[in-house]
Amino acid sequence: MKHLPSERHTLSILVDNEAGVLARIVGLFSARGYNIESLTVADVSDDHAVSRITVVTNGPPPVIDQIMAQLDRLVPVHKVVDLTDWGPHVEREMALVKVAGTGDKRVEALRLADIFRARPVDTSTASFVFEVSGSSEKVNQFITLMREVGLVEVARTGVVAIARGAEAV
Amino acid sequence: MGTEMTGADIVVQALTDLGVEVVFGYPGGAVLPIYDALFKQSRIRHILVRHEQAAVHAAEGYARASGKVGVVLVTSGPGATNAVTGITDALMDSIPLVVLTGQVPTHLIGTDAFQECDTVGITRHCSKHNYLVKETAKLGPVLHEAFYIARSGRPGPVVIDIPKDVQIMRAGYAKPGVISHKTYKPQVKGDLTAIEAAVEMLAAAERPILYTGGGVINSGPVASQLLRELAKACGAPVTSTLMGLGSLPDDHPQFLGMLGMHGSYEANMAMNKCDLMVCLGARFDDRVTGRLDAFSPNSRKIHVDIDRSSFNKTVRVDLAIQGDVGSVMEDMLKVWRARGHRAADQKPWWEQIKGWRARNSFGFEQKGEALLPQKAIQRLYEMTRAKKPIISTEVGQHQMWAAQHFGFHEPNKWLTSGGLGTMGYGLPAAIGAQLAFPGALVIDIAGEASIQMNIQELGTATQYRLPVKIFIINNEYMGMVRQWQELNHGGRYSESYSDSLPDFVKLAEAYGWKGITIDGPDDLDAGIQAMIDHPGPVVVDCRVAKLANCFPMIPSGAAHTDMILSAADERGEADDDAKALV
Ligand SMILES: Cc1ncc(C[n+]2csc(CCOP(=O)(O)OP(=O)(O)O)c2C)c(N)n1
Ligand SMILES: [Mg+2]
Repeated sequence: MKHLPSERHTLSILVDNEAGVLARIVGLFSARGYNIESLTVADVSDDHAVSRITVVTNGPPPVIDQIMAQLDRLVPVHKVVDLTDWGPHVEREMALVKVAGTGDKRVEALRLADIFRARPVDTSTASFVFEVSGSSEKVNQFITLMREVGLVEVARTGVVAIARGAEAV
Repeated sequence: MGTEMTGADIVVQALTDLGVEVVFGYPGGAVLPIYDALFKQSRIRHILVRHEQAAVHAAEGYARASGKVGVVLVTSGPGATNAVTGITDALMDSIPLVVLTGQVPTHLIGTDAFQECDTVGITRHCSKHNYLVKETAKLGPVLHEAFYIARSGRPGPVVIDIPKDVQIMRAGYAKPGVISHKTYKPQVKGDLTAIEAAVEMLAAAERPILYTGGGVINSGPVASQLLRELAKACGAPVTSTLMGLGSLPDDHPQFLGMLGMHGSYEANMAMNKCDLMVCLGARFDDRVTGRLDAFSPNSRKIHVDIDRSSFNKTVRVDLAIQGDVGSVMEDMLKVWRARGHRAADQKPWWEQIKGWRARNSFGFEQKGEALLPQKAIQRLYEMTRAKKPIISTEVGQHQMWAAQHFGFHEPNKWLTSGGLGTMGYGLPAAIGAQLAFPGALVIDIAGEASIQMNIQELGTATQYRLPVKIFIINNEYMGMVRQWQELNHGGRYSESYSDSLPDFVKLAEAYGWKGITIDGPDDLDAGIQAMIDHPGPVVVDCRVAKLANCFPMIPSGAAHTDMILSAADERGEADDDAKALV
């Protein structure tokens, strides 16, 4: 079943906020040979009881089903939702992008940042750090352009995602 | 918040409240407070093993034979790491265990303290769940929850790591009521619409087969009873995995025997040619399916399993029903009866099966003087059958021969390491089973290589006066390894000869056991009889033909229809693709 074409899926996993839970999730992916494209995690409840993990993975549909089932059977997992299957949802990512340069390159970097609505959050006479957010493609595109104007380094959050509409998943 | 007591006393009190009668363990620095608490009471019996791996296998044997949760107590560091093989074994075979491990005091965790290891890290992926308990007040609730998780849903081992200071500190403890968990909620009842669909498929099938597994045993004796009723109602042939043997009596007219790599020809052929497969508490393991793209190509498949992740893992099924297999079979029977179903005409199907059966694939031919291992096991079965023995095994040819030639008639009588295939499982498992059933005849069918992996447990049986029998099928080879070398690697027997074997009789005697040698066919019956008649523990060193192979066999990567029935069909060297398979 592994030779079917791969698909990219974004999963939301609600877990008990207890020690070792992230290791369980990550370890499951590595032990069973599943891919992780990105992973984010943060406490999302007011009593610090539940964390939300967003995993972007890829694999053929039966493998995605297996990933869901395997995650679901971990004891501290409340809920696993495949947002890609669920339907309309928003995916966002944030990156901090450091660019160094002077003269024309510096001007060009600022101009491009403006087009991407990237905000300078740190400035020195020889560098900028831009904050850019949006879809992964947009962030990718911005980083690609920055390579030509003096990209130094990048830090990305990975994807967070939520379903559209009034309902919670 | 109940009575104040030390963490160690909470552990013992909670175990008592949970109805625990036996704990298998081995002491050490990080569990001394719990051992001290055990010393002061008399409700729980502690069985001192000789190696922590054996504590876990003994608990597995106890659990598998009795249907209760097996309990293990070991110290930190090496105690915990020694237990890892057993914990993994229990996970693979879905055996309910609670394993308590000592840990260095909380303030030393992470400092590479003496006998510190990251037990929860190490056991995270070989346990169903695990805990590091950092507060004494949480000990009671965690223990009760751990038992619930271990035995409910798909059973498995749960590890509780308890730092020494947590054992010493005091907190309140009260016995909780019914346990429920905020995230863990196993599904017991199957979906009724799906069950109705399954019944319709079964009623319409012309070539159905029931493919049963360890889940039927795990579901409890009632499930085995329901399986008999379901088989009767639908008239389908039944085959079983290694783990499911005993759920249907071996001599039941609809039973085709074990399936899979060393299963019967009729079972594997029927799996291949059926038009409907009903998988009940089995998991399409690679030992069972053989080559996946040739696995039962023309059948529709129904899969009943309590674990959703078992569905479509390797084989795509047409209908998946999540639930306890006993409960689902009960509902299937209700629907079947309510709708007044009668099985479709399966005459041609049974005719075909009769033809496959006639190949007598478990048959063997006496050639030469040497005692054949199959014969030894067959006689062991015939001579002990009336006593309804509990059989454990080690891993290798003898294990497969035991599965083929020993008949099982009831669940919970067959203890074997299926998923992990752990040599050294059988003796401690037999000890555990004997503790659960002191009056039963418990026999470990062993290989001369495997038995040496936990041979130290002879001392445990002696200490607790357990009349365990070990029947060593001694072929002087790691026979299963040798067989693969013969079939796949041109007969180059690299490191598979059992050299420098001990004198098993003297070894037995050194531990206070009786030792018996069976040297050939003429000694066989007398040797078995002497073993049965001796009231204490016995080691039988049964010398058998050295080079016998276990047939039938589906070579790795082959289809069910490519079964090797006898030595005449053997290949001497496999191609690289086949060599790469296990
Ligand atoms: C702990 C462990 N190590 C290695 C193996 C690989 N292995 C499988 S069967 C076998 C040989 C067992 O020999 P023996 O106990 O004499 O049984 P026989 O096959 O001869 O009946 C070995 C080494 C294993 N299953 N378990
Ligand atoms: Mg051997």
